[in-house]
Amino acid sequence: MSEIKKFMYVNRKAPYGTIYALESLEVVLIGAAFDQDVSLAFLDDGVYQLTKDQDTSGIGMKNFSPTYAALGDYDVTKIYVEKESLEERGLSLDDLQHLTYEDEDDDWAEKDSIRLVSREELARIMDEQDVLLSF
Amino acid sequence: MAMLHTVNKSPFERTALQSCLGHALEGASVLLFEDGVYAAMQGTAVSAQVSEALGKVRFYVLGPDLRARGLREDRVIDGIQVVDYDGFVDLVTSHDNVQAWL
Repeated sequence: MSEIKKFMYVNRKAPYGTIYALESLEVVLIGAAFDQDVSLAFLDDGVYQLTKDQDTSGIGMKNFSPTYAALGDYDVTKIYVEKESLEERGLSLDDLQHLTYEDEDDDWAEKDSIRLVSREELARIMDEQDVLLSF
Repeated sequence: MAMLHTVNKSPFERTALQSCLGHALEGASVLLFEDGVYAAMQGTAVSAQVSEALGKVRFYVLGPDLRARGLREDRVIDGIQVVDYDGFVDLVTSHDNVQAWL
């Protein structure tokens, strides 16, 4: 088997105003078939993708936000959210969806997928990656 | 009558809102829609600037775009009026002209 690489999807765009957020999510789900070490980063306006209670019935667009809750089933369990980006936007973790996964190495215990990190911590995590995919 | 300015870009990613506020005259109106609605929220890096501009121009924000993005009306900055699509049309017809800050 080929070597496992560290892939990070970097999400910096708000949902609905552009197609980037939806396209990133679709690539993540497709990429999940390849058994790599995958993580997602949400920073800048990308943090808006994870807000809870999105209701697009009034704007005639598909609400794709429930799909983030399925990422754990695709073994996408590392979701980094940048603290400074939340704060600049008047948001906290309470404003985001509660995303979880079941840890197969710990008797399928339910664990949080979202890891709140500082800008500096995120920079270091980015530095460890083999591949960065930007949206 | 006055100008209606529309802003549909996030204030954290583009300078559309800054340029709009720099060119909006006293008595003008600003409608925030699509990703522009993020500027209407309390406690952000731009909310002080928006609150200050409220002394000079009227602000409106499109409710369906707030709800799509999971943003709560009770956290919209005081003094900004939430409108629906019919309200958008009324704003267009009640102003002399429209300037879109893309």
